[in-house]
Amino acid sequence: MPLLHVEDLSKNFVIHALGRTIPAFQGVSFALEAGSLLLIRGPNGAGKSSLLRCLYRTYLPDRGRAIYATTDGMIDLASAADVDIALLRRTEIGHVTQFLRPRPRVTALDLVAEPLLVAGHSLAEAREAAADWLGSLGLKAAIWQAYPSTFSGGEQQKINLARAMIAPRRLLLLDEPTAALDPDARAALCSRISVLKAAGVAMIGVFHHPEDIAGLIDAEFHVA
Amino acid sequence: MNGEPVTPQPQPHQRRLLPPRLVRQAPLLELRGLSKRYGRIVAVQGVNLELYPGETVGIVGESGSGKSTVLRLLNLEEATDTGTYHLAVPGFTGQNLFALDRFHQRQLRIQQIGIVYQQPHMGLRMQATSGGNVAERLIMAGERRFATLRRAASEALASSEFPADRIDDPPAMLSGGMQQRVQLAKAIALRPALLLLDEPTTGLDVSIQALVLDTLLRLRRERQITTLIVSHDLGVIRTLADRVLVMRHGAVVEGGLTDQILDDPQHPYTQQLVSARL
Repeated sequence: MPLLHVEDLSKNFVIHALGRTIPAFQGVSFALEAGSLLLIRGPNGAGKSSLLRCLYRTYLPDRGRAIYATTDGMIDLASAADVDIALLRRTEIGHVTQFLRPRPRVTALDLVAEPLLVAGHSLAEAREAAADWLGSLGLKAAIWQAYPSTFSGGEQQKINLARAMIAPRRLLLLDEPTAALDPDARAALCSRISVLKAAGVAMIGVFHHPEDIAGLIDAEFHVA
Repeated sequence: MNGEPVTPQPQPHQRRLLPPRLVRQAPLLELRGLSKRYGRIVAVQGVNLELYPGETVGIVGESGSGKSTVLRLLNLEEATDTGTYHLAVPGFTGQNLFALDRFHQRQLRIQQIGIVYQQPHMGLRMQATSGGNVAERLIMAGERRFATLRRAASEALASSEFPADRIDDPPAMLSGGMQQRVQLAKAIALRPALLLLDEPTTGLDVSIQALVLDTLLRLRRERQITTLIVSHDLGVIRTLADRVLVMRHGAVVEGGLTDQILDDPQHPYTQQLVSARL
């Protein structure tokens, strides 16, 4: 029984002001097992990121199903209640996006620690885990207590990655996680991904340079 | 509210979602068929809403959409025309709160509903001390011992990150951000089941707004208080709300997860509202 079974999933954007429908992707079907990494391939604009967003329900799919085996039974991510999706986002499904949303007056360390606080960990535990993540991705400790809105793109991406991956998840959606990272941080991320895979975490990833994660890919899916 | 005739809303072009399966708790709040007119003006028409325990739901819409009226009606500040309102709290479960007598409505409001208004003078006595404003809530609930009042007020103010050395200052002497912290302390002092926020950071400087938002996020984490927030500021809603409803001309046109509503709005009006952001 796969962890996720996507069947005929499709997404179009209806732009009412223009009276137009913009297609994102059509008829996507694949299965994903626990502990495996599926690479999504396709040209720019083929809808790779949109597919991840549909599975996270940032976008609402307009056709098809995405049957996901939660720890509490099967659910269709494409049509589950909003409150069920919100619960899964807090407990099982993570989305690593390309952009950090820094909040004024929140330090880099606390931004990363926040998902663990939400999950009920103590501040000390959460900050320790956050420091571990930021350290391994090579963000210099001198700026952990600074506000990330002024950081470089690469530094922001490290915070973004750590924040998205710090809490335990069963399914991770990775949208270009290696973009803007230096080689050392890429290597650190690959070793983290490898550890998570061994622990049974399933991943679906979009990578501009799939060679960044060579050796970790179990299957590929092409969107046209 | 405005005087325009109300046209029937087009049906949301939205995929029908299933009822909750993983979330097995009953909603804390259930509102059905809420309508309210002021003379010929329809302020709210047929609004339904559920809040599940611990979640934060936002209502967005432009001025006059009826979003603040919904909040005031949920705070039992005035009579409705139609609608049922249930809160799953001890002593009131199963009762339509709109139909309660004034005594029980007041009792429910004091014990179970906290509210923060955009205008501090609507929620505070501006010339009384800040500590006194918070203690007043406890006195209304029946507490009379001075030491207990002082301690409980200090605790609530500390939770709202209000500076302890200003507890005797009246709100009139405080900055806008500090006034909102006093309102928040008063709202949460009795650990209510429901927190209502009406544009809580509108009108504050951006940096002060960020601090107040952070306090609200921390309170939500620590107390898991079920919250309904009304704001026209989509950034505030994105920061605080798990789900959001979009209102126009008194009716809900669309609802969904906050990021979905902001990034993939389905309804023509929501698309216009979201793209109007600078």
